[in-house]
Amino acid sequence: MDFFDRFAIPHPSPVIYASMVAIGLTVIAIVAGLTYFKKWGYLWREWITTVDHKRIGIMYLLSALLMLFRGGVDALMMRAQTAVPENTLLDAQHYNEIFTTHGVVMIIFMAMAFIIALMNFVVPLQIGARDVAFPRLNNLSFWLYFMGAMLFNLSFVIGGSPSAGWTSYFPLAGNEFSESVGTNYYMLAIQISGIGTLMTGINFIATILKMRAPGMKLMKMPMFTWSALITNLIIVFAFPVLTVALAMGTMDRLFGSNFFTTTDGGMDMLWANLFWVWGHPEVYILILPAFGIYSEIIPTFARRNLYGYKSMVASMVLISLLSFFVWVHHFFTMGQGALVNSIFSISTMAIAVPTGIKIFNWLFTLWKGKIKFTVPMLYSLGFLPIFTIGGVTGVMLGMSAADYQYHNTMFLVAHFHLVIIPGVVFAMIAGLTYWWPKMFGFMLNERIGKWTFWFIAGGTCLAFFPMFISGLDGQARRMYTYSEATGFGIWNMLSFIGALGLAAGFVLLVYNIYYSTRYASRDIGDDPWDARSLEWATHNPVPEYNFAITPQVNSSEAFWDSKKNGHTLFKGDYKEIHMPNNSGVPFIMSIIFFVLGFALVFSMWIVAIVSLIGIFACLAHRSFEKDHGHHISVEEIEKTEAEMRGAK
Amino acid sequence: MKMDNTMPLEYQTEQSRLNIFGFWVFLGAEIMLFGTLFASFFTLEGRTGSGPTGAEIFEITPVLVETFLLLTSSFTIGLGVHAMRIANKKAMIAFFSITLILGLGFLGFEIFEFIHYVHEGAGLQASAFTSILLTTLGTHGAHVTFGLFWGLFIILQVKKRGLTPETANKSFIFSLYWHFLDVVWIFIFSFIYLKGMM
Repeated sequence: MDFFDRFAIPHPSPVIYASMVAIGLTVIAIVAGLTYFKKWGYLWREWITTVDHKRIGIMYLLSALLMLFRGGVDALMMRAQTAVPENTLLDAQHYNEIFTTHGVVMIIFMAMAFIIALMNFVVPLQIGARDVAFPRLNNLSFWLYFMGAMLFNLSFVIGGSPSAGWTSYFPLAGNEFSESVGTNYYMLAIQISGIGTLMTGINFIATILKMRAPGMKLMKMPMFTWSALITNLIIVFAFPVLTVALAMGTMDRLFGSNFFTTTDGGMDMLWANLFWVWGHPEVYILILPAFGIYSEIIPTFARRNLYGYKSMVASMVLISLLSFFVWVHHFFTMGQGALVNSIFSISTMAIAVPTGIKIFNWLFTLWKGKIKFTVPMLYSLGFLPIFTIGGVTGVMLGMSAADYQYHNTMFLVAHFHLVIIPGVVFAMIAGLTYWWPKMFGFMLNERIGKWTFWFIAGGTCLAFFPMFISGLDGQARRMYTYSEATGFGIWNMLSFIGALGLAAGFVLLVYNIYYSTRYASRDIGDDPWDARSLEWATHNPVPEYNFAITPQVNSSEAFWDSKKNGHTLFKGDYKEIHMPNNSGVPFIMSIIFFVLGFALVFSMWIVAIVSLIGIFACLAHRSFEKDHGHHISVEEIEKTEAEMRGAK
Repeated sequence: MKMDNTMPLEYQTEQSRLNIFGFWVFLGAEIMLFGTLFASFFTLEGRTGSGPTGAEIFEITPVLVETFLLLTSSFTIGLGVHAMRIANKKAMIAFFSITLILGLGFLGFEIFEFIHYVHEGAGLQASAFTSILLTTLGTHGAHVTFGLFWGLFIILQVKKRGLTPETANKSFIFSLYWHFLDVVWIFIFSFIYLKGMM
């Protein structure tokens, strides 16, 4: 029985048993449903094996929403536990596990997936391309991400979740202090998903630099595409650092090497440094696409073109460079000395300059605009003040001398949630609402959407503003409880109420999707927002080949010009279109990666070696395969186009 | 497929050009990967704990042989790509084969070197220094091993399908990979071995 003992949860609780049952039932329900409705073939042909960037984007989107709820439940449990002093809802170990998984799930599996979802869907359309540069690699990227996410979530019911924090600092994360397999899951799941992200980075750099429509010079790209380009450059240069750090951590835990141990020369601070050399650029990987989305939405609904295009681009480039030179500010208190801390203090505060430029550019875009208060616009307008509060408290934290007071308190927690939520989450919901008609051919309900906004924006403020106060008062983060005498009770109760408001907002969001799917009008035309960039120049929903004729671009708002100034976007006749073929190999390969990860988590070497051979077999298959794609004939294009126009 | 006949065979289709460009970006990521390993190596170099130091375990002879084999293989794959450009399929396959044999020789010596280290008490677990040493060398060695299989597949394809825009594209990309491994080795040779032996 020894063999099976390791799969048991080290700290079982009724919640975990209930989740096991729930997961089991959900899987059975999905399998039964697919079989009953005979949808297996459809799922395989149209979705699992697809190389269409739009469908891959939608799959990323659904996964991100799923993970949002997974991480959201963790957050609610944390807030519930700390809502009153000396609460016994969760024990210390369980609390450690949920704040760890909350961080990892939200950053790696929710936020990353969300930005990649929108990049996948929007970028090829915005640059007038038929697909990404490497469509099949794109499918592999998604499945690796998905399998990484599933592997990580499996830890909850098999073997125990990681509990060393999302930063997983050594020596705490080493074998000595984290005995369960939880941290193995952390290392391997993020590794697998990280490989997928790296490939996305390469794919989109090639796509954006090499596949733009004729006439679209770099300085005529829409701002979201610009932000995607910069983001992917950061991905390509930051993720390999994480790859190495995770590999070293894995080897420390599985093979007894001495990278981050406290014996035989091991150096625990090396982990902290490597982690944040990736981790800080990661923050900008998340925020820059969000900036890009706001730069699309604000001009559309302020009815003015974007103020300061060039300075927007320059500030993004500057942010991306600076992002690699600030990582030490995550551990000012961990013994670098005054000189090093001062240098990183200055570089940290310097980032506020390009970010400030962007804020002012958005404000100037709004200035004298005819503002339409649609749902995406509400999120953009809510973002500006809340993000600025989060941002300036970041500058406070960036002063290394003062940081000794704030470090590891709830003040920090308030700061980073108040940049990430208005920055990333607001932007993602805004982007989702904005591009939803392009994805599905109908609009999300505006009335429910506005309620959702107020719940989410209000919930965010109520959940996190009190943490500034309790943090300055000395409440440490990651403490599972506190005594009544501290007086933190009231602030934490307010936070809990705010968290409930946020949760209600997310439930409303899902209800809105359900409601709009059932009742929304399908007769909305191709350009329901009266928008400005190329993705709105094609049909709703978008045909497989995106554009029947490759558009000709003359400015950064080519579609607007075609509407207002008589610019001709589509010149010439239909020509045969070459499209890539679907493939099941990336999915199979990702499943083998999942098995490999699982085998390594539990040190099952034979399974691991067999899986490695399987992965190489998939690569070899790809090398020898002859796959020239297929062609869509002119007749087919004419037929599709006629149907699309008829549907209007 | 649109062909541009003014360019070398491996650049003629749109997808070929994308593949080559994408691979350059991938090499950028690889530079970061090895850069991180080198940075970690320099950090942990002196932290030998109870294990041996570099000067105690490094031997110049196998390292020189490895260097010679790998640098030569980089030259021969260059000749291979040249042969490909003048459409000499036979010479190209010969040069690619020589490259792989040299790579195999390199790998043999490296395995021999690893066994030597373990015998000297410099296994993965001995100290932070040996951990990072074996990981850095091992990552490069794993890349070479992967390259051997990849190269073999490409030779088989060229042999069977001839020099088409597709096989030429694959061969060219493989040559980029191989040259890159050579560049990494030059850094390993200079900053790990030579510096360690000084």
